[in-house]
Amino acid sequence: MGEEMSSKPYVREIPKTTWFLRQARYKRYMAREVTCIFIFAYTFLLICGLGALASGPEAFSGFVESLRSPLGVLFNLAVLIMTAYHSVSWFVVTPQAMPIQRGEEFVPGNIIVNAHYGAWAVVSLIILIWGM
Amino acid sequence: MAKSNKPIFWSLFAAGGTVTAFVTPALALVTLLAAFGANMDMFNYDSIHAFAGWWLGKLIIFGIISLSLWHAAHRLRVTVHDFGVRADTVVAYTVYGLAGLGTLLTIVYLLRI
Repeated sequence: MGEEMSSKPYVREIPKTTWFLRQARYKRYMAREVTCIFIFAYTFLLICGLGALASGPEAFSGFVESLRSPLGVLFNLAVLIMTAYHSVSWFVVTPQAMPIQRGEEFVPGNIIVNAHYGAWAVVSLIILIWGM
Repeated sequence: MAKSNKPIFWSLFAAGGTVTAFVTPALALVTLLAAFGANMDMFNYDSIHAFAGWWLGKLIIFGIISLSLWHAAHRLRVTVHDFGVRADTVVAYTVYGLAGLGTLLTIVYLLRI
């Protein structure tokens, strides 16, 4: 009996699809990873728009009209929230992903993160002014 | 050292993640305002057609779309695995295939504008 037990290694059961619900850190990780679904979908929306643009004014106004459905509004709201979450989570890890060394010292992480936030604000403002 | 295509994969993923982090929320905000019925220049046929007809405009559109797709495809592959699907080869072909198709369509559409 004892031998049988020792020949069977202990396998800890981990739920395959819900494992990340156990810890806040894992949930944040999954939230960050899931943003890619919205980036993927939104990029395909842009490609559809580009296709309509290539087809002519009528096709393009049909595309813009389809954005104005309740589903279009809801989808774009979700995309805005999820992609903003991607941006924040992406900028927050930049000091680890690409540390900058000045002489002996590393540039403090918060300077790098804040520089990214600043650049993000400028780029966003340019896009908003361009797109209005 | 063994040759590996990982650095190229990784740098494209990182470039895509950075590009999309900087531009996509603002683009999505403009799209949302247009969805709410506002008259946005980005969805005005004449102005966006002029932008997409300009060589630099084409390059910007191509860069944003292809890098965002590549980034999202790569991350989607990992995410599907994280949700318990153990079929990496099929998933990889699907997500990279979709990203490739999107990139190809973008090239075709841009050349037609």
